[in-house]
Amino acid sequence: MLRTLLSDDLPRSRWLAAALLAIVIGLALAPFLFPGAKSLNVAAKICVFVVLAASFDLLLGYSGIVSFAHTMFFGIGAYGVAIALTRLGSGWDAVAMGTVAGLASAIALAAVIGLFSLRLRTIFFAMITLAVASAFAILASQLSDVTGGEDGLNFRLPAILRASMSFADTPLFGVRLNGRLLDYYLVYIVSLVLVLVLLRIVNSPFGSVLKAMRENPFRAEAIGYRAVVYRTAASCIAAAFAALAGALMALWSSQTNPDTVLSFDIMIDILLMVVIGGMGTVYGAAIGAVLLVISQNYLQDLLLVANKAFAGVPLLPDLFHPDRWLLWLGIAFILCVYFFPTGIVGRLRSD
Amino acid sequence: MLETENLAVHFGGHAAVDGVTCRFEPGTLTSIVGPNGAGKTTYFNLVSGQLAATEGRVLLDGNDVTALGAARRSRLGFGRAFQLTNLFPNLSVLENVRLAVQVRHGRPLDLFSRVRSHRELTERAMAHLESVALGARAQAAAAALPHGDQRKLEVAILLALEPKIFMFDEPTAGMSIDEVPTILDIIAAIKRRGDRTILLVEHKMDVVRQLSDRIVVLHQGKLVADGPPAEIIRSDIVREAYLGGASA
Repeated sequence: MLRTLLSDDLPRSRWLAAALLAIVIGLALAPFLFPGAKSLNVAAKICVFVVLAASFDLLLGYSGIVSFAHTMFFGIGAYGVAIALTRLGSGWDAVAMGTVAGLASAIALAAVIGLFSLRLRTIFFAMITLAVASAFAILASQLSDVTGGEDGLNFRLPAILRASMSFADTPLFGVRLNGRLLDYYLVYIVSLVLVLVLLRIVNSPFGSVLKAMRENPFRAEAIGYRAVVYRTAASCIAAAFAALAGALMALWSSQTNPDTVLSFDIMIDILLMVVIGGMGTVYGAAIGAVLLVISQNYLQDLLLVANKAFAGVPLLPDLFHPDRWLLWLGIAFILCVYFFPTGIVGRLRSD
Repeated sequence: MLETENLAVHFGGHAAVDGVTCRFEPGTLTSIVGPNGAGKTTYFNLVSGQLAATEGRVLLDGNDVTALGAARRSRLGFGRAFQLTNLFPNLSVLENVRLAVQVRHGRPLDLFSRVRSHRELTERAMAHLESVALGARAQAAAAALPHGDQRKLEVAILLALEPKIFMFDEPTAGMSIDEVPTILDIIAAIKRRGDRTILLVEHKMDVVRQLSDRIVVLHQGKLVADGPPAEIIRSDIVREAYLGGASA
């Protein structure tokens, strides 16, 4: 049962199994274990970014394709739902139409980019994705009639997902059973299913062809696999998952703007998640996403504690000033990449 | 049947293969010999599609395949073992062969089934590994094999493709003496089936004499001799081609 669910790709390391279990259970119980709006927001963001990073790893780690357009597909998914909910009212039909439209546009765009440029060498393909993604981000902020420009779109979610929707008068373990909680579990369950589907894809006959292309494209072609076909298919699948992650993001945050779904910072975050977690392992993307989202949200708080603890000591309080959080994050990542060149999962599995 | 008609490729002004017309019948093994730089491997590249021809045609059973790429030709029945070992280094030995089996028998665009659920693919791959005496190393990474075993894996991949045309490019190069018979036995076994076309590029003349039905001599990209082994090996033209200075 578990083997089938994980597509025979077992963690193969006790520590990795423990970490994954902690993530799955921790996120499932997050509303009760860590009550509060901020922590719930962080938990939902983790779910979305696990999908986003894992789908990026399908490109980078499994297929050896370097793309900088992954955020663009995330944005397409998010704007699909956002525009539909803004224009068509806040029903589930609008959610469905927005999701399907986003998904279809993402897949179509990925196919066009792939067929035209995946024949090129890695670096040129990367440059083209960068150009297309930049153009798209500019377009999204310029077409303000449709996208709301720099301000983005604020929209109402279906009634059942709103905080004002209450399912019970009495709270459960101190948590109000409202639409917001339902929304979180929607994000959680869809993300979990998406990650399991991705795990299946990378362990399918198709997935093994992708790995072969990454290892030796010349030989893969020689035994009968056309590189451009498989690479384009991989790009389309990754784009589809990114678009679904974007749709989830929109359904969670009820607002979409270029900063939160299209900015290049997100692209760098995803890249870090995959590299830190371990390229070529879906599990690594999950662990990377958890670590990065948590440190982005809580490192400042941690530094504030250290800053207060060292009050009166020379130099140290400045060093641990909450404003220096990016510095510490950077140092942590450099150490991480230096000591775990194959990522955290690669390190755990090699023991 | 495999045919090349006036096949040529030019690099700049230089013709690496220069108008080679030749037919290869099923059930025969043809050795292609010639000094280094004669164009043997380049000719192979033109036939199996790694290289696009400047002129001429490649025909398989009468169908023109000249415009097709290597992947399409492989699926039509061209099978190539490379001179320089050319594997998927970080994948397991079994996976290397399974990928080739999958081209013939699998559903490579199948996204949602597990690799391990296709037991018949794995069994076929294992059988090919056993035939080159690599069954015990199935789970090792290809890169971890010693050179001789990598050459055997290269042959196992070729077998797994079940091609109509087998193309061996110096299959025993760099192998130790005691490993050579395994490869020669495999080639002899393919030949005994009687319906496959085998092309062999080989420098070891005793191997060539032992296996060949026919020898084709290339020199400076041109076909300079073609005939039964006994005749060709004795002929002056081969001696001149190998010893140099020939302007055939």
